[in-house]
Amino acid sequence: MALSAIQLSVGDTYSEVIVEDLKRTQLVQYAGVSGDYNPLHSDEVFATQVAGYPTVFAHGMLTMGMTGKMLTNYVGDGRLTNFGVRFSKQVWPGDDLTSTATIKELREEGGEHFVDLVVSTKNQKGEEVVSGTASARIDA
Amino acid sequence: MAADKFPVEAGHIMLFAHAIGDANPIYHDAEAASKTEPGGVIAPPTFVQASAQFNPDNTMRPKIGQPWFGSGKEATGIKKKEGEDTGSGRGLHAEQHYEYHRNLEPGDVLTAITKEGKTWEKEGRRSGKLKFRESITEYRDQNGELVVTARSVGVQTERAVEQ
Repeated sequence: MALSAIQLSVGDTYSEVIVEDLKRTQLVQYAGVSGDYNPLHSDEVFATQVAGYPTVFAHGMLTMGMTGKMLTNYVGDGRLTNFGVRFSKQVWPGDDLTSTATIKELREEGGEHFVDLVVSTKNQKGEEVVSGTASARIDA
Repeated sequence: MAADKFPVEAGHIMLFAHAIGDANPIYHDAEAASKTEPGGVIAPPTFVQASAQFNPDNTMRPKIGQPWFGSGKEATGIKKKEGEDTGSGRGLHAEQHYEYHRNLEPGDVLTAITKEGKTWEKEGRRSGKLKFRESITEYRDQNGELVVTARSVGVQTERAVEQ
């Protein structure tokens, strides 16, 4: 179901828990499907002994992908026109993540309606791990 | 993220949705997807990242007969000289931006061409000097039409961050 401009206001928010207790196995799934086999994300020995991290951590793109799930659940399938993020903090196994979209602007261009969103994904400590923006086509 | 031929396949879309934990039927159920607005299975918004699978120069995939920097008998398969800093394992993804021109569907065959963008440096609070590098990738379909534009920023950190 697509969003309708008439039912939206600037400042409206939509939130979803995108993962609870993130598993290392999910990092392996993402490595396998995306083709990013960087051992930082799946190889505990390399991540700790060579790269100096406390453990393996999530691909930024996994967090972006999970954040995108919140967005498409909100704006509807195939409605996004752009989506961009900055990765501000590592996401670790065991993390719980919540993603929020906040309406920044509603606009009309060439007879089409769009919503501009501020996007934020936070961990269980309230720290922002991903911040960004997205826009989507909406109904009148 | 260059690829000469990136076939968008239904099975790959389903596995991608599994990996990001998205149970939306539009990514795996053609029958259910036919009743949605797009009218069929489409790819999730970050799917083009999987073009790495079709990039022959993907440095993040182990290649037959070549050294791999992950662990085996040793903690890393790359031998370095005493005191040498290869920077291995400190390249991170800083930003990713997508512009969508149309939905991707199974059957599309994309090409991806990447151009280098700006580079800049910054002093990081937790990880020392940060070197940023931008790249822009254009994904075009079998008809040469632009379908997704991606802008990626990578960063090389001086040291690893703590948890």
